[in-house]
Amino acid sequence: MSPDPGSFTAVETAALVAEVRLLRDAGWRLVQIGAAALPTAMEVIYSFDLGGKITNRRVSLPVEGPHRLPSITSVYAAAALYENELHDLFRIQVEGNILDFKGKFYRTTVPFPFASRPSAPALAAKAGTNP
Amino acid sequence: MARTIIPFGPQHPVLPEPIHLDLAIEDEKVVDVLPSVGFIHRGLERLVERKDFQEFVYVAERICGICSFIHGQTYCQGIEELMQVEVPARAQYLRTIWGELSRLHSHLLWLGLLADSFGFESLFMHSWRVRERILDQIEATTGGRVIFGSCKIGGVRRDISPEALAVMRKELDVIERDMREIVDVFLGDSSVKRRLQGVGVLSRDDAYILGCVGPTARASGVAQDMRSLGYAAFRDIKVEPIVRTEGDSYARCVVRCAELFQSVDIIRQAIDRIPPGAIETKVTGFPDGEILVRTEQPRGEVAYYLRANGSRNLQRFRVRTPTFANLPALVRMLPGANLADVPVLVLTIDPCISCTER
Repeated sequence: MSPDPGSFTAVETAALVAEVRLLRDAGWRLVQIGAAALPTAMEVIYSFDLGGKITNRRVSLPVEGPHRLPSITSVYAAAALYENELHDLFRIQVEGNILDFKGKFYRTTVPFPFASRPSAPALAAKAGTNP
Repeated sequence: MARTIIPFGPQHPVLPEPIHLDLAIEDEKVVDVLPSVGFIHRGLERLVERKDFQEFVYVAERICGICSFIHGQTYCQGIEELMQVEVPARAQYLRTIWGELSRLHSHLLWLGLLADSFGFESLFMHSWRVRERILDQIEATTGGRVIFGSCKIGGVRRDISPEALAVMRKELDVIERDMREIVDVFLGDSSVKRRLQGVGVLSRDDAYILGCVGPTARASGVAQDMRSLGYAAFRDIKVEPIVRTEGDSYARCVVRCAELFQSVDIIRQAIDRIPPGAIETKVTGFPDGEILVRTEQPRGEVAYYLRANGSRNLQRFRVRTPTFANLPALVRMLPGANLADVPVLVLTIDPCISCTER
């Protein structure tokens, strides 16, 4: 089994940048930022590594929106690409990104393809199985 | 000096896959760069909502045609962790052997492409000639050369017989000898050095804060290799990250060359120490919970986020590929370079757009 399952800690949107700055100042490396469109919330996971240890911060946005987040590019410049991804795939507005592609980072034929979660019957119909 | 914007890619002779760079040029020097990806984004992550979690191993393997096995392995490791499945030791060793064979052929592929990028065609062909011998070993033990189809949740689908392992061990001697020949040219030839040394320097601080991974980070002095976390057989076979401090293109080449021999050594150790026994644990039920799991791909750390709710379909599958993590470093190392060095510099992060456009 994995030697490093990591931990997940909830953070309020307003406290995100300060929390991330604390991690940066303690030497944590930004591993990834990713979103999950769940039935109950739009979740954004920020993952950090220090010497092989992993820790995650979770921001939950209301499922009905608005999906707005402050940019952490003032702390981690490398977050810029992740934040463009959040916008282009999940329709999350990230405010203050220092390298904002304005929706042109991913050229998908379907706009914001990951923004909503299909219902169970719709998924079953696509898969050809009963829900 | 007037500034000119030169588009580089998405179709370019040095790029087998599409990435685009807007290069701001003054005279022959790059002064700024803006990357752009997303030309072939496939949306594979979303397939997890329709594919059974056991079936999805096949999709994970198809994220990349070079490091396909390790993608499947990483997905399996995540599910096994969520379901508390103990994988048999023999399966862990087999995974390690196939994973390191993947690293060998990936690094040799990269060396060939690098040689091609600076016009050393015979070196390119020799690199790929050696790579063929590794693909032959993969084919002999899995039946596939690109997609192995050998990893499954709970273990592996096929064993390697003692006879086949003995053949592989013998073949490694030939592969090592042949690799030594080409590595001597990569590291000793004056024309290669002139194209690589002092070009595209990335400092240790930049590599770390920009989130670099793999050989790109290690060539800048960041001693970071996910194999040292101890997954699969790496809990028995210890791996010391190969690190250089120069941070230039030559250092990135040196690291990958040294990792070739490190992988050969790991495979030899795994062959010598592989225990007998079962190759899989039967898995029943459905996963529940969430995890971020990481392994070391040839290009560096890959991170998988898995979210399950106790049903046959995962709620979320997210992959952060090594190339995505290394793009900011590319943007940092290009300014100041000559226009003629751009193809070489792009290659030195070993970009895999197939992974990035998962």
